[in-house]
Amino acid sequence: MKTHEVVIQPGRAERHYWRDLWRNRELLFILSMRDISVRYKQTALGTAWSVIRPLTTMLIMVLVFSVIAKLPAEPGIPYPLMVLAGITVWTFFANAFTQVSNSVTLNANLVTKVYFPRLIMPLSAVAVSFLDFLVSLGLFILIAAWYRFVPDWHILFLPVFMLLALLASFAFGLFFAVINVRFRDIGQLIPFLVQVGFYVCPIAYSSRIVADKWFYKFYILNPLVGIIDGFRWALLGEKAFFNPQSILVSVLMVAVCLAASVYFFRKRENTFVDDI
Amino acid sequence: MSVITVENISKQYIIDHQRGKGVNTLRDVVAENFRQWFGRGKQVESGLTREEFWALRDVSFTIEQGDRVGIVGHNGAGKSTLLKILSKIIEPTTGSVRIRGRVASLLEVGTGFHPELTGRENIYLNGSLLGMTRSEIRKHFDEIVAFAGVEKFLDTPVKRYSSGMYVRLGFAIAAHLDPEIMIVDEVLAVGDAEFQKKSLGKMRDVSTSGRTILFVSHNLTAVQALCNKTLFFEKGRLVEQGETNQVIQSYLSKVSKTRLARQWDTPEEAPGNDLVRIRRIELIPEYPDNTTHIDVRTPMRVRFEFWNMMERANLNLSLHLNSLTGECIFNVGTQSLPYGKGLIAGECLIPGYFLNDGSYTISVMVVKDTVTPLFQLEEGLTFDVEDYREGVAWYGKWPGYVRPQFRFEMEALEEVPAK
Repeated sequence: MKTHEVVIQPGRAERHYWRDLWRNRELLFILSMRDISVRYKQTALGTAWSVIRPLTTMLIMVLVFSVIAKLPAEPGIPYPLMVLAGITVWTFFANAFTQVSNSVTLNANLVTKVYFPRLIMPLSAVAVSFLDFLVSLGLFILIAAWYRFVPDWHILFLPVFMLLALLASFAFGLFFAVINVRFRDIGQLIPFLVQVGFYVCPIAYSSRIVADKWFYKFYILNPLVGIIDGFRWALLGEKAFFNPQSILVSVLMVAVCLAASVYFFRKRENTFVDDI
Repeated sequence: MSVITVENISKQYIIDHQRGKGVNTLRDVVAENFRQWFGRGKQVESGLTREEFWALRDVSFTIEQGDRVGIVGHNGAGKSTLLKILSKIIEPTTGSVRIRGRVASLLEVGTGFHPELTGRENIYLNGSLLGMTRSEIRKHFDEIVAFAGVEKFLDTPVKRYSSGMYVRLGFAIAAHLDPEIMIVDEVLAVGDAEFQKKSLGKMRDVSTSGRTILFVSHNLTAVQALCNKTLFFEKGRLVEQGETNQVIQSYLSKVSKTRLARQWDTPEEAPGNDLVRIRRIELIPEYPDNTTHIDVRTPMRVRFEFWNMMERANLNLSLHLNSLTGECIFNVGTQSLPYGKGLIAGECLIPGYFLNDGSYTISVMVVKDTVTPLFQLEEGLTFDVEDYREGVAWYGKWPGYVRPQFRFEMEALEEVPAK
């Protein structure tokens, strides 16, 4: 029988952490399955909710911003499609970000009773949100078809922006997940951040309307601006406004934040159980 | 070959006591830092007081392969902290642990069970949390279900399970892990007697196959039955380790809250009133050979002495023996007889094989004319009766307050000859 030796010492980062993480991929899968199958238990409409929610948000958006506030649509793109593209990627980001932030605290019962690489929890949270994202992307395609809108070669870039959105939500969420263990204030802060983000990011409007404003150079410092614009551009083509500079900012910021928050998480994860 | 080597591990917790409230919020910490920065290094008046608490202190031991190790100690002695360190859930403040082999730790029955998921789904969830692969779970699936006896409810959400079924399923999954080292915390404290028997049996099977077990329990009978070595913890320190029976003896003599005698030398300081004052109350066990603590076999005498200040009165004594929860197990009284002023003694015999194991208190009352209580000494004595069994392979809690050995015999009425 092959035996391996484990050494437990204070402050000693597990040497085989990433290998352990890989070995626990089944656990990752099972935890994700748990979150998916639990969500719609005892609901009458079941998985229909994952379609109903983005659809109603879009309808309200269209009503408020297009009909009442009369915000301009991108030339050549139906306003509802523009909004829906923005909402789709934003909803994914916001959900994943929220779920990742809460992933450790929601699994407190596991943290205090079993060992596994703690990164499994945020990873499974982001995986679940990503599945929802795929569902709403399907919804988008159906609605686009109804508007007789066929995406062109730009769609080849879609996976890049999806990945960026995923990494961004993971990077930011992970940071808050760690703080959330110690300070439950985060639970109050997150919905607020998401709400502010909804207006700060180009979702109900196009970045074009702020592109010539004096604050635009600050505006694109928001890494989500590049991701949302890029996502829209990939889905709706050249007519959608997209500034390649903004995506550079996004890539850079996401990379730095991801590295920093994974480092932070790894640094703190051994003390989760003492604080949770 | 030693499979676990623990060297000088300590675990420290810092406890923040805050006036008024216990939860540490971001606002408090920000406010605290703010005050410190702007207080220019002066000791700022703050609501926080810090206290160091050592859950474990300089613990070292080694465990050989195939050892079945019991861990005993009072609540808060550091047993669970130790198990959590060995399970990699918390890290020690200082010291190191080396573990060779695959560890399964069972700190809770049904870890991670989700109430909305079915029994089947929860088997997979819990199994993989405990470190089983899906193919291993699939391989043992039928055994797990049969062991837990939940065949009919596999596709029912576990929130509809009875607590017994829940516990059985949880244990069944853990029992089918195939670890080299098994860490078990107080699992037998739950479940009914029949299930306890089954799970203890399962653990013994595991241990006889050369695997190593660490077992924390308050059930000393189970520890004695299962473990060959025992570690005894007190206030975070390992105070004794060695052969189980020996360690348990010293554990019992150290931890029991026993108060077997009380005495007051002069009537002035003695409890009582102007009529009677208590001088002495004592429990005198008559230990059978080789025992140093009271168990179910031990006969005991309760001796009681008091001063009577009345010229002449008809007095009798009444003795109450109560369980720890305050229920009266029995009440006996002496005859009422006339006594003059002076010192009076009474003695009551509690035979062996009468009280079941448990904790008891004794109070004594002096009564005048068989109806008027003059004084009652509440909880005069406190003592524990330990369990003792012979020729029984069952280690669950023996039910009842009394453990009499009544005449109870069997005979074969008819025997069918073997073919």
